[in-house]
Parts: sequence; structure tokens; C-alpha cells
Amino acid sequence: MTDWIDIAALDDIPQRGARVVKTRAGCVAVFRTAADEVFALENSCPHKQGPLAEGIVHGSAVTCPLHNWVISLETGLVQGNDEGQVATYPARVEGGRILLDTTFLQARSAA
Amino acid sequence: MTQNIIVIGAGMASGRALEHLFDAGADVNVTLFNAEPRGNYNRIMLSPVLAGDKTYEEIVTHDADWYEANGVTCRFGERVASVDRTAKTVTAENGDVLPYDKLIFGTGSNPFMIPLPGHDLDGVIAYRDLEDTELMMSMGPQNKVVVIGGGLLGLEAAAGMAARGVDVTVVHIMGHLMERQLDEAAGYLLRKALVDKGITVLCQANSKEILGEDGKVKALLLDDGTELPCDLLVMAVGIRPNVALAQEAGLAVGKGIHVDDQMVTSDENILAVGECVEHNGAIFGLVAPLYDQAKVAAQTILGDEAAFVQKELSTKLKVTGCDLFSAGDFADAEGREDIVFRDPGRGVYRRLVIEDNVVVGTVMYGDTADSNWFFGLIRDKTDIAEMRDRVIFGPAYQGGAPVDPLAAVAALPRDAEICGCNGICKGTIVDAIEGGATDLTAVKAVTKASASCGTCTGLVEQVLAVTLGDDFVMPAAQSICGCTDLTHEDVRRMIKSQELKSMDAVWQECGWKTRDGCHVCRPALNYYLIADWPLEYLDDPQSRFINERKHANIQKDGTFSVVPRMWGGITTPDELRAIADAADKYDVPTVKVTGGQRIDLLGVKGEDLPAIWADLNDAGMVSGHAYSKGLRTVKTCVGTDHCRFGTQDSTGLGIKLEKALWGSWTPHKLKLGVSGCPRNCAEATCKDIGVVCVDSGYQVGIGGAAGMDVKEVERLIDVETEEETIIVIKAMTQLYRENAKYLDRIYKWMNKVGLDWIRERIADPEERDRLAARFDLSQTVYQKDPWAEHAQKKAAIYRPVANLTLEAAE
Repeated sequence: MTDWIDIAALDDIPQRGARVVKTRAGCVAVFRTAADEVFALENSCPHKQGPLAEGIVHGSAVTCPLHNWVISLETGLVQGNDEGQVATYPARVEGGRILLDTTFLQARSAA
Repeated sequence: MTQNIIVIGAGMASGRALEHLFDAGADVNVTLFNAEPRGNYNRIMLSPVLAGDKTYEEIVTHDADWYEANGVTCRFGERVASVDRTAKTVTAENGDVLPYDKLIFGTGSNPFMIPLPGHDLDGVIAYRDLEDTELMMSMGPQNKVVVIGGGLLGLEAAAGMAARGVDVTVVHIMGHLMERQLDEAAGYLLRKALVDKGITVLCQANSKEILGEDGKVKALLLDDGTELPCDLLVMAVGIRPNVALAQEAGLAVGKGIHVDDQMVTSDENILAVGECVEHNGAIFGLVAPLYDQAKVAAQTILGDEAAFVQKELSTKLKVTGCDLFSAGDFADAEGREDIVFRDPGRGVYRRLVIEDNVVVGTVMYGDTADSNWFFGLIRDKTDIAEMRDRVIFGPAYQGGAPVDPLAAVAALPRDAEICGCNGICKGTIVDAIEGGATDLTAVKAVTKASASCGTCTGLVEQVLAVTLGDDFVMPAAQSICGCTDLTHEDVRRMIKSQELKSMDAVWQECGWKTRDGCHVCRPALNYYLIADWPLEYLDDPQSRFINERKHANIQKDGTFSVVPRMWGGITTPDELRAIADAADKYDVPTVKVTGGQRIDLLGVKGEDLPAIWADLNDAGMVSGHAYSKGLRTVKTCVGTDHCRFGTQDSTGLGIKLEKALWGSWTPHKLKLGVSGCPRNCAEATCKDIGVVCVDSGYQVGIGGAAGMDVKEVERLIDVETEEETIIVIKAMTQLYRENAKYLDRIYKWMNKVGLDWIRERIADPEERDRLAARFDLSQTVYQKDPWAEHAQKKAAIYRPVANLTLEAAE
């Protein structure tokens, strides 16, 4: 079952940028690409917990600001020679609004 | 049996025919007559001789040794009086009668002299032989010359003399230059290039009369009344085959001496080659068909089967800096279509004339690198239906195996220009390499090739590779990142030359392989665009590293550090109180004094940044840019204010410099220091730019560092006043901004371009002022406090876009 909630307008996040959503279990980074795709990921790099929302967004990936690990926004997988994976959450855009699925966000906080 | 062969005229065609005969080991006894008092030389190279690029000795094709070795009886400076075909004899001017088995006419052509009144005055010449060339070479900057005729030869004569500083005017009767080889558009570009060389070009100009004084030319009068004063008048309006002797001998003659496919005239024992010939109604002025004729004539004499076939011809102009090429037929006609490529910004023009999907003609101007490929399409009558949509872009865009650039370089002649800035030809570079200059640096040092703008570096490396073969290791050009094969230098050149003013334009024009770059190339491109187009380009925060996007230094725990500016390291009790209050208010865990003489508040939460900045702004402080690839600090000592050794007001100068430079973006961080005396308490000699004050003024050094590498500055310049110091440093900063690779500190960049190159620019007062002016212009846009701007207008982006902790609690 899904439970989509409206968290913000698409335009609240710059293209090739990200903003943070605060949850009880910590921060989720919501990314917007140049093609207006939206992705939600744990805001923490598997390497040294760098805040991914502060990274440079390119294609459908983000580079962590601390040590330049590159993470796929689609899969959460670390790219290149490094290894690891970031949790990803369902996100979509409808009528210019960004929707996140609270079921998943809550499941995450329970975990 | 030995054949007696008499050759009349030592030109390029007859010379080549003799070479073929001797190479084939023909059993012949040759007598060579020449009206000019010399042997065979490469007449088409007279233009480079005129321009001073070559000497006469370099263009001689056969010297006395060659004639002797081949048993040629040379009768140079002697004309042939008559030919008796029945007796098969030739009578020389002095009455000698010589028998022949075969007679070869190589009498060439005569320049056509327009029979204007005054054409027989002294100083009215054609452009035909060495004597003409020498006369033109005797002209200098004090002379005026008029050239009648805007064709190939006339323009080469004009350009050659212009290169010697002569004031040259070209008078051309048609609407555009070289109308037989070029269309109007290319003619226009050529005219523009010649005018840029200082040549005056008059088209649609009718000559009326040549005016003289004491039997010597004085001016050319046009029919519109214009009088063009001149010391020399060169007529280069065309040539006529020289047929007089053949006509007297009773040979069949039209425009030229009639020959068949074997180069035999109407008399089976007489052949003719070169410009004196008429074959199937055509006469010949370019060298390629003349050489073909020479070969056929030699084979005919040897008794071999051979036939002369007229081929498509192409033309190149031998004028430095005017690259043009034309081939085939490009007149408008029914059933013909054009494909035209035009880039006026680069001065490139390319036109293909197509008939039934076959290229029948081409005109190229500006970029003729692919001319041989296009010529091949014409010659081979290639069906271009398949590649019609991209044929105009040349061989690199046709798919299939890429053209090997090394093969192209290997095929270049010795006189092909490699380095345009210094006019260095391939031959010079090859000689240098064979003389021991086996890498780029050495070639640069010996020949100056690629030592100016550097654009030809790749070509020079290819010449090295071709010349040295396996001994050469091509240094791998480091591309910016995986998104492109281009280097920083390539891209920067593109941004400037193609006027690329947006990130999208760079990606498109430079063929980026990724949709929107990556964390490596985007900050670099953003910097280059800011530096090169301060007024046009809009800074892109999303292409900046977080520190520059949020104007604070990110720490390992995701918090930030905040450093307000303290001009020249000077502060006040009020500022210190405001800093202390801010540290309390925002629970700043660490307060540290930095090496740049200011205070760092470490551990500020991202959300609190706009608020702490607003508080510091209220106390009169602005961002210290401690996070930027830009001006960081100007470290000072107390100078004459308090110090008993100080020679100048180092603190005051430091503050002025910081106030002039703050806010500017540079390729890497930029740290300055000003010391009040050579004791150097401000450690100015290990800064990117350091000033050491002395009694007589200010010593400015550059290229210091105290990071991963420790470097002492090298002296750039000594100046006397504070004002001059500030201008020098602004200019120096701008030079660095405009030329260095992103993330190169000054010392790294200096190692690449050389201190001398930097010094020359900064030492030149005009260049220095221009650089400083461009720096000031950029500062009108970028010298602003980002803290104030963000605290007032962009505070929202520092907060979470949504807070679900509250909702979940409900």
C-alpha cells in the first residue's frame, strides 16, 4: 500500500539540485535533475556519511561533497570503483508538486 | 643509335621531360637553348622568393653539375633563329646550324601586356621571370607599387611586396578578385584578408593610361580620373603561349602549338610541352598538367605508349594567411545546386557545386585542410547521394575509418606552415628534430614553433611523431574528465574563440558525452564562463562545489565554518564583540584564529548560516571568502605605523589591495601578503602574490606557495608607488584569471607559460592597463557580499524543504 504525501513544489528545488526533508529518523535528500526527474535518497553517503543533498547533481547521479563518491539517484548504488548503496524511496511529481510515499518513510523510521 | 635532341626553352615542363629521359637511361645527346641566361628553375616558387621566404638558389631545379653529368650542351642566353623542318636542323642566333632527330618546343608563354598608353615606360614590368622578381624585391617601405590584375599571379606579387613593407595597390577590372577561381563570397573574404595585410584593393577599376616622367613610370590613371602614384607598375593580367618560332617553322598553331595526345606537333619529329601548347582546345598555366605532358613527351621519344589526359585542376594561392582553394567548375548552370557552409566569425567559407549528385566544383576559403579530400570527390566523380547531408563538413564527419592525422601530417610538404604565429614551416621543424631537438620543449626552444599561442602544439607533436617514428612518445593530453576528450586548454580556447557563453553552448559545441557534465567539469566550466564573459554569463550555483554554493566551508560532520573578512588583518573591539556574540548565540563549538589573520567560527549548522551572516553583516562585516577559489586574504605586518623597521605603509596597502580584489573568482585560491620590509613578517614571499616594501618602493613577486608544495615567489616587477602596485596586482590577477587552468595555483600556471611571458605582459604599461580594466569590469559584477544576498533573499534554501517530524507526531 502506498500513501503519497505532498511535500513541496517542484520549483522549491533547483534543477541539478537537492533539498532536505526532515523526518523523525533523520534527513532524506530530495533531488531534482536537469530533466525534472525527482529522486529521494537517504541523505548520507555510505563512505563517511557526507550530506548528499549538498553534492553536485549531474545526469542522474550525485557526487558526495566530502570525498567525491558518485551515487546513482536511480538505484542508490555507488558508482565507479567504490562500493556501497544508499537507501532510495519512492518519489514522483504530479501537477508541479513533489510527492513522497510515507509508508516507506515510516517503514524506514521503524527499522 | 644515339638520338640528337634539341630543346628550345629551359622551363619547368622541358626540364621535367629531360629528367624522365635521363632517368630512363635514354641514349640521347641533348642541346638545350634558353633565352633567359640561366637553366631550369621552379618558376612557381618565384612568389616565395619575392616574399623573402626562399632564395633563388633554393628554387633552382637543375644546376651546372646536373647538366654536365647528363651531357647536356647548354646554350643559355641564346635564342633559336629558325627551324628547317625538311633538313631537320636548327639555326642559332650566331649562325650555328645543328641537326636534330627530335626537336622539343618548350618556349613557354609571354606575359600579356595591356597596350595602354605608357606601357613601354621604364618601371612597367610583367611578373614572369627572375629579373621581374628582383625588380620587385628592390622595392621597400618608401615605395609605392601598383599591380594591374587581381588574379593568382597579381595577388602573389602584391602580397610579396606588401610583406616587404611596400605600399601596394591592386587594380582589378572585374567585380571580385580571382574571378576565374573564386566565387563572389570567397573573393570577398580574400579581399578582406589582403586589406588586413595593408594592401589597397580596387575592383571594377579600369586602367586608362600609364603616366610617366622622363621616360619612367609615375602613376596609373584610371578612367574615373583617379591617379595612383607608383614607382613600379606590375602587369599581371594573363599569359599568351609563345608560338612565334613554331609559326615561322610552319607548324600548326592556334592559341598555342597544336599537339596530339602524344605531345607531337603537326611534324612527327617535333614535340611541344608546357605553356606554349594547345591540346584539344585547351592551354595550360598550372604546373600539374605540365608535368604530365613532360612525362608523356619523354615516353613518346623513348618509343613507349603514352597519352596525355587533361585532368581536373585545383588552385591554391601561395600567400601566407590566405588559405584558399578552388577546383573544378563552379559556374552557375541549369541542373546545378550548391551546398554552402559559411562561418563569417572564423572567416571560413566552403562551397560545393553539385550536378547529378556528383561534386563538379569547389571553392574553399579560410579552412582548406580537407581540400584534397574534396578534390578527390571531383576527380573520382564520387556519387555523394549517401553522404549529401554531411558532405560539406568534410572527411571527419563521414563515418567509417577515421582519417589518420599522422598520415596527413606525413604527407605535408616541407614548406607547409605549422606555426602560424611564428611562420614556422614543417621543414624547419624536421631539421630541428634531426638536429637533436627530440621533444616539444626542445623544438619550441630551437624553432619557436608553438611558442606563442600554442594552438599548433598538437601539429608540432605530430611532426615529432612522424619524424622520430617509434622513438617518440606522444604525451597524453589530459582531458578535463570523462565527459569530454578535450583538455582544459582546448575548451577554454573554444569558449573564447567561439564565444560560448553558456554551459549548454559548451556542451553542444564541444560535443560533451554526458547530458550535463559531472562534478569535475562543471565547476571548471562555470569558472571559465565567469572569467571570460563576466557580463553575459550568469553564475550557476548548481555547478559549484558546496562551499562556494553555500559560502561556507563544509566540515566532516556536515556543519560549516564561518570566517568574516578582516581587511588586512585589522579588526576592532566592536567587530570582536559581534563575533563573540555570534559564537555564543549559535553555539559555535570552536573559535580559531587562522593563518590569514582572521577568526574562524567552526561547527555552525547549515540551517543557521543565514542568521549568523545577518548578525555579522549588522556589525559591518562581510564574507571572508575563506571557502572560495578566489581572493582569500591579504596578510600584512604593521609597517611604518608602529614598526621601527617598516619602510612603507604595508598595512594600508594590504587593506587597499584586499578592498580592490575581494569578491573576484580565480582559477584556484589566491592569497596575498604585504611585508613592510625585507624581514618579511607577513611571509609575503610564500604567497601567490607577495609585496615586499623597500625604501625605494615595492617589490612584487608571484608564484609562492606554502601548501602541498612550498615555493618562494619569483620577482615579477619593482614599482615605485602604491597606485602602481595596485594596478600591477590587478593586471596580474586578471592575466591569471584569463589564462590559467582551473585549479592551477599561480606557481603551477607560471611553470607552464613561463615567468618571462607573464613579465612581458605586466611590464607593458598598455597591456597592464587593459588587463586591469578588464579586472575592474568583472568586479562590477562580482564584488558583492554573498552573505548579505543569501541572508536577505535566499535564506529558505538553507532550511529543510519539508519537516515531517511534526506531522508524524500529530
